[in-house]
Amino acid sequence: MQILNPIKISYKNLVAAKFRSFLTILGIIIGVASVIIIMAVGLSAQELILDQIRGIGSNLIGVLPGASSDDGPPAAALGISITTLTYDDLQAMKDGKNIPEVEDVAGYVMGTGKVKYEEEDLSFSFTGTTASYINVENAEIETGRFLNEEEEINLSRVAVLGSAVAEEIFGTENPLNKKIKIDDNNFTVIGVLKNRSSAAFGTSSQNDTIYVPLRTAQNLLLGINHLGFARLKVRSSDLIGVAIENTKITLRDQHDIDDPADDDFSVRDQAAAVETISNVTDVLRYFLLSIGTISLIVGGVGIMNVMLIAVNQRIREVGLRKAIGARNLDIAWQFLVESATISFLGGMIGIIIGVLFSFVISEIVQALGYTWPFLISFWSVIVAAAVSIIIGIIFGMYPARKASQVSPMEALRYE
Amino acid sequence: MTVPLLQVKNLYKTYDNEGVKTQAVSGVSFSVEEGEFVAIMGPSGSGKSTLMQILGFLDRPTEGEYLFDGNNTKDFSDDYSADLRNKKIGFVFQTFNLLPRTTVFENVELPLLYDRKIIGRDRSNEEKIKEALNSVMMEHRMNYFSNQLSGGEKQRVAIARALVNNPALIFADEPTGNLDSKSGTQIMKILQKLNNEGHTIILVTHETFTAQHAKRILYVKDGKIASDEIVKERRIARDGEMLK
Repeated sequence: MQILNPIKISYKNLVAAKFRSFLTILGIIIGVASVIIIMAVGLSAQELILDQIRGIGSNLIGVLPGASSDDGPPAAALGISITTLTYDDLQAMKDGKNIPEVEDVAGYVMGTGKVKYEEEDLSFSFTGTTASYINVENAEIETGRFLNEEEEINLSRVAVLGSAVAEEIFGTENPLNKKIKIDDNNFTVIGVLKNRSSAAFGTSSQNDTIYVPLRTAQNLLLGINHLGFARLKVRSSDLIGVAIENTKITLRDQHDIDDPADDDFSVRDQAAAVETISNVTDVLRYFLLSIGTISLIVGGVGIMNVMLIAVNQRIREVGLRKAIGARNLDIAWQFLVESATISFLGGMIGIIIGVLFSFVISEIVQALGYTWPFLISFWSVIVAAAVSIIIGIIFGMYPARKASQVSPMEALRYE
Repeated sequence: MTVPLLQVKNLYKTYDNEGVKTQAVSGVSFSVEEGEFVAIMGPSGSGKSTLMQILGFLDRPTEGEYLFDGNNTKDFSDDYSADLRNKKIGFVFQTFNLLPRTTVFENVELPLLYDRKIIGRDRSNEEKIKEALNSVMMEHRMNYFSNQLSGGEKQRVAIARALVNNPALIFADEPTGNLDSKSGTQIMKILQKLNNEGHTIILVTHETFTAQHAKRILYVKDGKIASDEIVKERRIARDGEMLK
């Protein structure tokens, strides 16, 4: 018997029963498509997180006022105002003698204010920060320039706008050197930041924020003396551990603390937070993957079921084939090739649907302004195709064996 | 001395259906020479179909000897039996057993798909199929689907399928049972023609009229051969003549 004959016979049977074949492969289609989508979305989500890390800089340390336990969020993150972190602390951390690993330090205070330009009244959040912000946060300037140290010391009334703010206030107008009012105080716009398309961890707000000198914000807009938080940029990410320790020592020294249990600040490594989040997405991915696997198995059982019915429905055909010279193995092959073909076909359709779906998802997410690359791993496609064939073979074995052992005369007598 | 094409000696077949034993064939002995046209006749339940299935390697005897071409079939493996059915034997069934939604050509092609002898083929498959269809006058329906045919046409295609591997022996199990008398006559005419061309034919039927188209009638009753006679006034099927 020629090698192609079982395929030829199976193909004829599949085409002859199109609808049944389609129902049979539906489970496989869904299973394979979901595996492809899950893998693609997982990859893209990981890429998104990596992009975040690159955006923030993986060598950042965050310093928040108030103590924190390792497992809970710091008090400041919950909106409780703690006043223990000051401008002096910032200077101390900046001092290379205290923390030699630190390249730069930025301090932050945050608030919301009424912004007025000409006759327009709007509300925006603002951040008072140091000139070092642009270096620490890896931010980029679109037009003009960022705040400088002189303006920080002089309590200058200058502002740098996030890209979305600039667009909302000025539209197509050039914002440079225009006067705006924040809570009735005049500010001169000196620069606009480049649009940053990543989300989460505070960077998304960069587009929606107005930046003013730290002390201007403290004195003029907020009337406070303390800092919201500080970020330290470490020279290299493998120095983060040492830098965290030196930061703690410096701050304890600043605050006259002897016992670490009395710490009135918390120092955190952002890369660790990112890692935690990618662990969470990994868990989610494996969870979804196992659902995909289950639907593949259910699809396989569906194939087995339909093949068993087919064996019964076609028992006369089996008898006839045997009568005209088919060996048991020929019959087994016929059914096995048939179920593998059905399953493979389902796999192919599933791959196509999965890829299309992933593409649509990436287009939608990109349209929402996130970095979400369309990524299909070559191996996920190969594995999905192979798995679908293997499922067809595994779940086709029992029906094929059953068919091959049908007695020809009983099969021919079967009504 | 020439060896008979098939020879059975004291053949028994007992079915064991969940403890209930039924003896379908009990002690049958006869032989068939090449070129014969034998009708196995008997009422339903007489064991004639079982006998045919054993002779056609679709079933095995419980006891007794069956020699095919001088070889004891006891030693034949399942695969060897399948190959014999493919090359030496053709089957024609009462219910035609054509594959639905499949063309006439493809139905006749079926035995060739299970033909393992690829090397040394003297003619192409297409030629063989056309020749087989030609001998049953169905070449013009080659590309029709089997379910588009009338009963008589279906049976002629089934005969073509049995013929395509040019078998020595053709079994016809009630081939006219599902047909009107005109189509039945046509089938008998084809079978007689094939016999004249040298094919050995074993016809299973319960109708005397049909059986009289053979050259010899084996009458089976209760699993035994009740009589074995040469047909004295043999009927020759002609177009226009009606089967009873």
